[in-house]
Amino acid sequence: MDLKDLYQEIILDHGKNPRNLKKSDNFNKDAKGHNPLCGDKVHIYLKVDENNKISDIAFEGSGCAISMASASIMTDLMKERKEVEVKELVDDFLEMIKQNPELKSKILGENEKTKLMSLSGVKKYPMRVKCATMAWHTLTAAMKNANEETNTDKFE
Amino acid sequence: MNINNIKKQFPIFNNKVQNNDLVYLDSANSSQKPQVVVDRIYDFYTKEFSNVGRSVHYLAVAATNLYENTRVLVQKYINAKDPNEIVFTKGATEAINLVANTFGQKFLGEGDEILLTELEHHSNYVPWHYLRKSKGVKIKFAEFNSDGEVTLESIEKNITPKTKIIAITHLSNVTGAILPIKEITRLAHSKNIPVLVDGCQGAPHLKLDMQEIGCDFYAISCHKMYGPTGLGILYAKKKWLEVLPPYQGGGGMIREVKKEGITFGELPNKYEAGTMATAQVIAFGESIKFLNKIGIENIEKHENELTKYGEEILRKNNSVKLIGSPKDKGSVLSFTLDGVHAHDIATILDEDGVAIRAGHHCCQILHDKLGLSATARASLGVYNTKDDLDKLNESLNKCKKIFEG
Repeated sequence: MDLKDLYQEIILDHGKNPRNLKKSDNFNKDAKGHNPLCGDKVHIYLKVDENNKISDIAFEGSGCAISMASASIMTDLMKERKEVEVKELVDDFLEMIKQNPELKSKILGENEKTKLMSLSGVKKYPMRVKCATMAWHTLTAAMKNANEETNTDKFE
Repeated sequence: MNINNIKKQFPIFNNKVQNNDLVYLDSANSSQKPQVVVDRIYDFYTKEFSNVGRSVHYLAVAATNLYENTRVLVQKYINAKDPNEIVFTKGATEAINLVANTFGQKFLGEGDEILLTELEHHSNYVPWHYLRKSKGVKIKFAEFNSDGEVTLESIEKNITPKTKIIAITHLSNVTGAILPIKEITRLAHSKNIPVLVDGCQGAPHLKLDMQEIGCDFYAISCHKMYGPTGLGILYAKKKWLEVLPPYQGGGGMIREVKKEGITFGELPNKYEAGTMATAQVIAFGESIKFLNKIGIENIEKHENELTKYGEEILRKNNSVKLIGSPKDKGSVLSFTLDGVHAHDIATILDEDGVAIRAGHHCCQILHDKLGLSATARASLGVYNTKDDLDKLNESLNKCKKIFEG
């Protein structure tokens, strides 16, 4: 195991200065996520327009560097994405964390892939996987405008 | 007291953990086990195994005697009046559930109040919570002060004519505060209120004398006391065990079972339904002997010295903020590190073989009040040394370096 894989520059940067970390006033969908094991929380706000496209995305939350960086990178990546693209990217990311060595999605640029792959370090730290995936599961819930809190205990 | 000799009795330290010497600073969570305890489990299963209390054959009688010997060892260790005041449970959690359930059933009703503290572990809050719905009771929380202590005054302020039971921790697993349980018990008894003490953190580190403390119930977690998992102890004054209803029904706890009705057995069987954690109980006898051999006073002194040393070096580290500074403090050091979340600290420390706990430590009420979602916690046991604390500090500096770049 190597800590440098886990705490890459990109992670540390996004962990310390998370992008899109604010309460959005102008949202029409949202969902909350919670990791009861460690108390990490995330609240994702979406503005989805009439074409099912995310025109704005923001999050509030507190947690470790991995969970904050993951939410930060994810929200950056999801701006202006259509619902089908969001689903494809969430699935691709979760599969990569679970088993795939690489991301498969064709809709990502190289730069975006590099950013996302910086989260792959958690694969070697089973206890930290949920830190990386919580925001992504919560995004899926937000797209459905779920009332119920997304709870990491329920993840596969 | 030679710590190196003591440490050698714990086989876990003979092995490397991820190529590192283990620096185990998570004893408040669970302690490591001395060889004698591990051996006792092996010996019981390989040479002496039988179920207790049922059959008349040789092994059954011998096993029953071994099992009951531990009850007497525990009774003496905590200076209870009677061995029948010692009830074995599956853990301290079950011990508290037993009291909350049976005391609640018999003595609590609509509008009655249960007084806890804001320091309580979830296991001394959640069992009482059920009574809100089933009995309509109110739960009050005595506040902790800026040092992380709950004082006698804070308890007194929250007692009302409706207070029916007080349930408090002996030693906070986050701030390390040792509560004045003897004084609280005196105060409570002057108002005819019984007291339950959650002794999970107290029992492994402090000298216990039930008759001197005077509390009505005291819950113990054996795996935090150099003993096996799956075992706890409820100390309860005989007068309570006699009047409270049984907790679980099953074999072993009955006198007579008829189609039209059942009568229940005598103490301690009344509260030990089904086959108990026999091997664990017998092995826990070795934990008590281990503690007796070193002497709990010596353990307390050693851990106090280490705690002071730990506080000293962590205070010197400008990035570290200690949580709570109680005057009477057990061997728990909870802290935050500027700019680094507790879980990141725990992962980075783990790479150096330093095992700590990160999170809310099952104390969300406390963390909410402090406005923290998580803290890091180093907690000590008899096998720890100043070296361990130095390594903790070194690794914390490494965290800073990684995060500051």
